[in-house]
Parts: sequence; structure tokens; C-alpha cells
Amino acid sequence: MAKKIIPEKTPMREQPPKERAKNYDEVPYGYSEKEAMQEARRCLQCKKPICIKGCPVEIDIPGFIRLIAEGDFRGATEKLKEKNVLPAVCGRVCPQEDQCEKICVLAKKYEPVAIGRLERFAADWERAHGESSVPKIPRSTGKKVAIIGAGPGGLTVAGDLIMKGHAVTIFEALHKPGGVLVYGIPEFRLPKAIVYREVDYLVKCGVVLIVDFIVGKTATIDQLLEDFDAIYIGTGAGLPWFMNIPGENLNGVYSANEYLTRSNLMKAYLFPEYDTPIVRGKRVAVIGGGNVAMDCARTALRLGADEVHNVYRRSRKEMPAREEEIHHAEEEGIIFDILTLPVKYIGDERNWVKKMECIKMRLGEPDASGRRRPVPIDGSNFITPIDTVVCAIGQSPNPLIPQTTPDLKIGKWGNIEVDPKTGKTSKKGCWAGGDVVRGGATVILAMGDARVAARSIDEYLKTGVWRADEG
Amino acid sequence: MYRVLKRELIVPNIHLLVIESELIHKNAHAGEFVVVRADERGERIPLNLVDWDRGSVSMVFMALGTSTYKLASLKVGDEIATLAGPLGKPTEKVQGKNIVCIGGCYGIGALYPAIRMFKEHKNHITTIIEARSRLLLYWQEELRKYSDEFYEITRDGSGGFKGHVNDFLINYIKKNKTDMVYVQGCTYLTYLVSQTTRPFNVKTIVGLNPIMVDATGMCGVCRVIVGGETKFGCVDGPEFDGHQVDWDTLLARRRVYLDKERYSLSFYECEKYG
Ligand SMILES: Cc1cc2nc3c(=O)[nH]c(=O)nc-3n(C[C@H](O)[C@H](O)[C@H](O)COP(=O)(O)OP(=O)(O)OC[C@H]3O[C@@H](n4cnc5c(N)ncnc54)[C@H](O)[C@@H]3O)c2cc1C
Ligand SMILES: Cc1cc2nc3c(=O)[nH]c(=O)nc-3n(C[C@H](O)[C@H](O)[C@H](O)COP(=O)(O)OP(=O)(O)OC[C@H]3O[C@@H](n4cnc5c(N)ncnc54)[C@H](O)[C@@H]3O)c2cc1C
Ligand code: SF4
Ligand code: FES
Repeated sequence: MAKKIIPEKTPMREQPPKERAKNYDEVPYGYSEKEAMQEARRCLQCKKPICIKGCPVEIDIPGFIRLIAEGDFRGATEKLKEKNVLPAVCGRVCPQEDQCEKICVLAKKYEPVAIGRLERFAADWERAHGESSVPKIPRSTGKKVAIIGAGPGGLTVAGDLIMKGHAVTIFEALHKPGGVLVYGIPEFRLPKAIVYREVDYLVKCGVVLIVDFIVGKTATIDQLLEDFDAIYIGTGAGLPWFMNIPGENLNGVYSANEYLTRSNLMKAYLFPEYDTPIVRGKRVAVIGGGNVAMDCARTALRLGADEVHNVYRRSRKEMPAREEEIHHAEEEGIIFDILTLPVKYIGDERNWVKKMECIKMRLGEPDASGRRRPVPIDGSNFITPIDTVVCAIGQSPNPLIPQTTPDLKIGKWGNIEVDPKTGKTSKKGCWAGGDVVRGGATVILAMGDARVAARSIDEYLKTGVWRADEG
Repeated sequence: MYRVLKRELIVPNIHLLVIESELIHKNAHAGEFVVVRADERGERIPLNLVDWDRGSVSMVFMALGTSTYKLASLKVGDEIATLAGPLGKPTEKVQGKNIVCIGGCYGIGALYPAIRMFKEHKNHITTIIEARSRLLLYWQEELRKYSDEFYEITRDGSGGFKGHVNDFLINYIKKNKTDMVYVQGCTYLTYLVSQTTRPFNVKTIVGLNPIMVDATGMCGVCRVIVGGETKFGCVDGPEFDGHQVDWDTLLARRRVYLDKERYSLSFYECEKYG
């Protein structure tokens, strides 16, 4: 009875590394219908599908995969959209290897089902085969919700609450919605058209989107509470960290946020057709080992660098970036300088960065995160020429809202504190989730938080009860 | 999109721009700025708020490069792609002090809301505006209205005191009790005034203009070193103590894109006038 299992994932065709390192087109092409059905048939349709437990929004994974196997592609998207409003995004950027695919039963002996690729296939199929119709919106409840930040978290809350009949307005600081999906993640990894399409869909459903509105400045949370019954804060983790080492303010030293914002949001890669410039370095060092660092390194390559070094203080094994991103970066020719830490940047008389001094590291005892702590090796310092540095070592929440909302409880890292079961903050009528609560995390976790908060907001709007003990 | 209600040349190369906005006035204060983007391909650039009311905000800008040239070609009824604000920290409110307010080029306009606010807080205000020539001075009437003393300085002597602002200022501080100096204008002016007041130990607040992108504290391009610490100009400033500013770094960082800006401008002019 046992069907013969194909041990490997159906491969996905990609742009060849040499070619793609010079353009901004997406790297993997996605499955054809035939390939998708073939891959979908690898799924065992487990009775107790553990893969679902690995998914922060609990997509019915065998359910949508079965529909693909049967060739019902529209059905598959509909199944996905029951739980995930941004499948075209998640299919591309989720770390499936740490989530659903990690625990897929096949993964014990073979390669897991390519759940992410199948998710992407279904969402893309729908995009290619015409508009999904706008669902029927329930009658208005007369309640108004303000959502701050149009990142994946904010968009998810908006989608959930508009379907409950509440009036939803999103306030976004930048001139474009999408959050990190638009200003951070490059076009070659996530085409912006995909994000804008999802936003357009929400607008068609009746969500009001107001850009160029900085909450905390244009209006404070308290001012918004005069007009709105509930507020969701999904402002992300936009404050870039620097290392506080000498030379970081030299010309040519960027934060990852600046580098990516110029390139993606402002389209500096199309300068001078677009007005925003960017330094096109020839020898670029990107500091850090996460997805953000990989995106910066691959962007530098596309901006014409001859050599891009990824400088990371631990070993390749500890890199927090997704395996696929590291793999793509390697293929494209990024040079990995592991167990290396910059200690100083050296500039010329015009204040431009010219050299970088680093120290070699070794791995010591495990630290709080369970990863082995990097320890400097005395006397291993060396100097290397460099003309651009991108610092991608992390970011924390922007303090604009905390500073202007005194009764919002804030944690040690500037993150907003919430009750994880509901997303409620310390301030009545205010919820928060995503990166502003977790620090830099993932798209799907931001969406999961959003789902939890949306449920709690809906309940509050219906009952008017903020806390059970509140008379 | 945001509608242009007015755009006029005030003096050669300096323009007044009034844009429709019902939002920004609500939380606007002296010392704050807005970000504008002329069109879909435009750069986000910061401009000081010089005035605001229920239906509009006003800016004064100098035409320098592509972004400001684009703004300079706007007509009433045109639309710009982005208008966001108010941004930055407001000017610190002081009371009952003798304040010297100095403005040059676009900073003459940027002085206006600060002087108005200082006056409301019962300070004694001495206003000094400076330019190369009388032809480039403007808004004398508006500024006089809130000033207790008012001086003009021109380098060529075509109006007011002939010479440089520092000579005049040294003289003034020696003769008059001065609690604070407030400066708006190009980096050279803010630098010069800070150097001039330093030996007298007169507190000097300068409006800085580092390069910006988002202007919400997200990118860090606007880093300035103040009192040995790295600050973000857009959220920790743009006004700082001029005696604490690391001017070399500021001046150098402003020049990062010099070549590209020139190239961008020639590209724009070529596209426009071919
Ligand atoms: C370069 C990069 C690559 C990444 N790659 C991946 C990946 O491959 N996979 C993955 O799962 N995750 C990835 N991440 C992380 C992921 O993008 C974030 O975890 C996710 O976007 C968080 O969503 P969010 O909705 O909480 O906030 P964000 O996406 O950060 O959106 C917040 C929004 O709020 C707006 N905002 C901020 N302050 C205000 C204010 N005061 N008023 C109004 N609006 C405001 C911001 O402008 C922004 O649009 C990456 C992150 C970066 C930076
Ligand atoms: C907080 C803040 C408030 C500001 N307020 C105003 C304002 O009210 N009015 C105004 O006109 N400008 C103001 N500026 C400066 C303004 O943002 C820049 O002039 C503008 O970005 C120039 O853009 P551009 O594309 O036209 O010129 P660019 O192409 O960027 O520059 C053209 C050339 O001019 C030089 N340059 C640019 N800005 C200046 C300057 N300020 N002084 C001297 N040389 C310069 C550049 O180095 C370059 O060589 C402010 C800046 C900040 C940070
Ligand atoms: S665990 Fe793997 S094989 Fe089982 S249902 Fe989920 S995807 Fe299919
Ligand atoms: S302009 Fe980006 S942080 Fe100040």
C-alpha cells in the first residue's frame, strides 16, 4: 500500500547566479502547474499533520496541498487565505525550514514537502488567473479602529477587522505601505508588486490607508483615541543599531536600513532616473549574519561591487539568516569572513572610509541564546581595504510612540510590553504586536500576533470590556 | 498627493511654498520641519516649517539641486507626492531672556516661527538677518513685528551693516547682555556663529541640516556628533547646542553625494529642457 516516496523536493528553477547578480529580477522562478502537482503528491496527507503545529498561523497545510495535487488551484488559495492573508509573501520569505518543513514527517528520512514553494505557487497562480473577488463585508458595527504601521502585522489586523464590520484606518509614516516588505526586503527576493496588490485588495474591501502620517508627531496615540475605539500598534523595529566603534560616522558607512531604504523604497538603483543617490562601492563589507545582512550583501553586488564580504563574528553554523538566503548569497559570489569582528574603520582626509580593522574570533561557551559565544583572539587584528560598509547587526523599536505615550509600558529594549494571549498593552484600548513587541523577528510571527490581537480587539469592541476584573 | 496653494520667488533663488494640509498644523511647533517629495521619482527632503494654519503649511527653500529645482518649478494647483510632518523636536521654550536670532538664506524664513514663539514667551528679541547683498534679504516686515531690535547685514554693504555677521555679533555681545543665540541657515552660518559665541560662553542653538531620508529615526543617515555622542538629527534634533557639535564630521557627511547631486541635476535639466 505504501506509495513510493520521492526522497527529494521537486527542484525549483532559478536565474543563474552570474546573470542574476546583475539584475533585480526575482531569483527563483516558482513551480509550473506540473511541478507543483508533482510536489504536492509527495505529501502523505497525515491523519495528524504535525506540520500545522509548526505554522504560527496554523494554515491547513495538507488541505491546501491536497487541492494542488488535485489541480484545484483556486481552491488551494482559498484554503490558504482562510488563515493567511499574505500567502504570496509568506511563500517567499518565511523560514519554513525552521517551522512547518522542519517537523514534516518526511523530514525524518528524506527532504520535507516543499510547503513554502507550494504556498508560493498557489498564491502566484491566483495572481496570474485574475482578481479574487472582494468578499461580502458584514454590516458596519459603527466601531472605528486605527492601525499604526502598514507592515505585515498591521495589514493582517486590518484584513481581519474589516471582515468583522469595523471601520479600519491604517496610518503609515512612510509614503508607501508594506513596512519592511517594501523598504527592507529587496525586489529580487520579494517583488513589490505582490505587496501592493495585497494592499489594494484591502483598500477594495474598504480599509482606509493614510500614508505620510507619523503617529507620535502628526497626531499622538491619545489624540487618535479621541476618534477611534481601538488602536493596534504595529510599528516594527525600525531603529538601527551601530557598533559604537571608531569611524562609524565616516562617509560610506551605512546602516542596513539606510542602504536598503535608499535602494528599495527610494529606488536608488535606478539613479539618476530616480533622484535618490546611493554609494556604489567596489569593495563592500556587510557586517552581521542575518537575513538583513544577506539582503544588503546581495544588493551591493547588484549595485556593481567587485567584491562583497560578509563579516560575521560567529561561524557559519550560527548564522541566523535563512539557509536559502545564505546559499543564494554564496552562489552569487559573496565572500564569507566568519569568526571576524570589525573593531575600527579608518578614513582618509576627506572623511571617506578606506580601511577596516578586524579581529579574529573563536567560539567559547554557549551564551544565553544557546549559541557559542564568540571570543576575540588576542593579537589577531588585521587591516583590509574597503570603500563601503553596511552595518546590519540588528535593530530595535523606534522610540517615537513610547516617548509620546507616557502610559504605555515599555521593556528593556524599547519594546512595547503586551499580554501574549491577547496582544493588549498596558494602555486601555491599545494593542501591539510584531517587531515592536518582539524586536526584529519574522513576517509570520508579526502576522500571528496580529491575528491574536484582532480577535481580542473584536471582542472588546463587541463587549466594551477591557479587563475581566473591570466591573 | 498634496496640492500647491502658492509658490513664489521671494528673492533670487529663494522661494515660498504653501501646500494644502489640514493635519500638520495641529501639532506644529517652531523648530520643526516637514519632509517633501516633489514627484514619484523624487527624493525625500526636509524643509523647515515657516508657518501653518488650519488649511496649509508654508516653507521657504533655496533652489540648489534636483529636488529643490523641481519644487521651484511648481505652479498653483500642481501636486507634490509627499508631505509629512511635523518632524523633529520643537525649539526649546525659554522665558524672559535676551535672545539674539540670526538667519541667513532660507534660514531667514525659518527664523519666523521661532521669533514668534520666543515673543509669546516674553523674551527680548534681537533679530539679525544677513546676506551677500540687500537684494537677497526678505521678510523684514514680518520679522520686525516680533523683534525688539532688528538689524540687517550685507557683505557688500548694499544695505544695513556692511561686513560679516561675526564682526557685528562680537560687537553686539560685548555691549548687550545676551543669554542665548539662535541660528537658522546654511551650515557655514551656523558654524561661524557658534565659533563666534564660544569665547563669550553664550548658549548657542543651531538648526542643523544633515542629509536625511525617512526623517523618523529609521535610517541613521542624519547622524551628527554632539558632545561626543552620536545623535540622530531628525529625531534628537534638528536643533542642537552649537558649541557641542562636531562640525568637521557634519560638513564632511553633507558632502557624501556631492558628485551624484551634480550629476542628478544635469540629468534633470537635460530631461526637462533637453
Ligand atoms: C532586510 C530585512 C529582511 C528580512 N527578511 C525576512 C525574511 O526573509 N523572512 C521573514 O520572515 N522576516 C524577514 N525580516 C523580518 C520581517 O520583515 C519583520 O519581522 C516584519 O516585517 C515585522 O512586521 P511588522 O508588521 O511588525 O513591522 P514592519 O514590517 O517593520 O512595519 C512597520 C511599519 O510601521 C511604520 N511605522 C513605524 N513607526 C510609525 C509611526 N510612528 N507612525 C506610523 N507608522 C509607523 C513603518 O514605516 C512600517 O511601515 C526581514 C527584515 C529586514 C529588515
Ligand atoms: C532639518 C532640516 C531643515 C531644512 N530646512 C530647509 C529649509 O527650510 N529650506 C531650505 O531651502 N533647505 C532646508 N534644508 C536643506 C534642504 O533639505 C536641502 O537643501 C535639500 O535637501 C537640497 O536638495 P536638492 O536635491 O535640491 O539639492 P542637492 O542636490 O541635495 O544639493 C545640491 C548642492 O547643494 C549643496 N547643499 C545642499 N543643501 C545645502 C545647504 N543647506 N546649504 C549649503 N549647501 C547645500 C549640496 O551639497 C549640493 O552640492 C533643511 C535641512 C534639514 C536637515
Ligand atoms: S507533515 Fe509533511 S507529509 Fe504530513 S501532512 Fe504535513 S506536509 Fe504533508
Ligand atoms: S533621517 Fe533617517 S534616521 Fe534621521
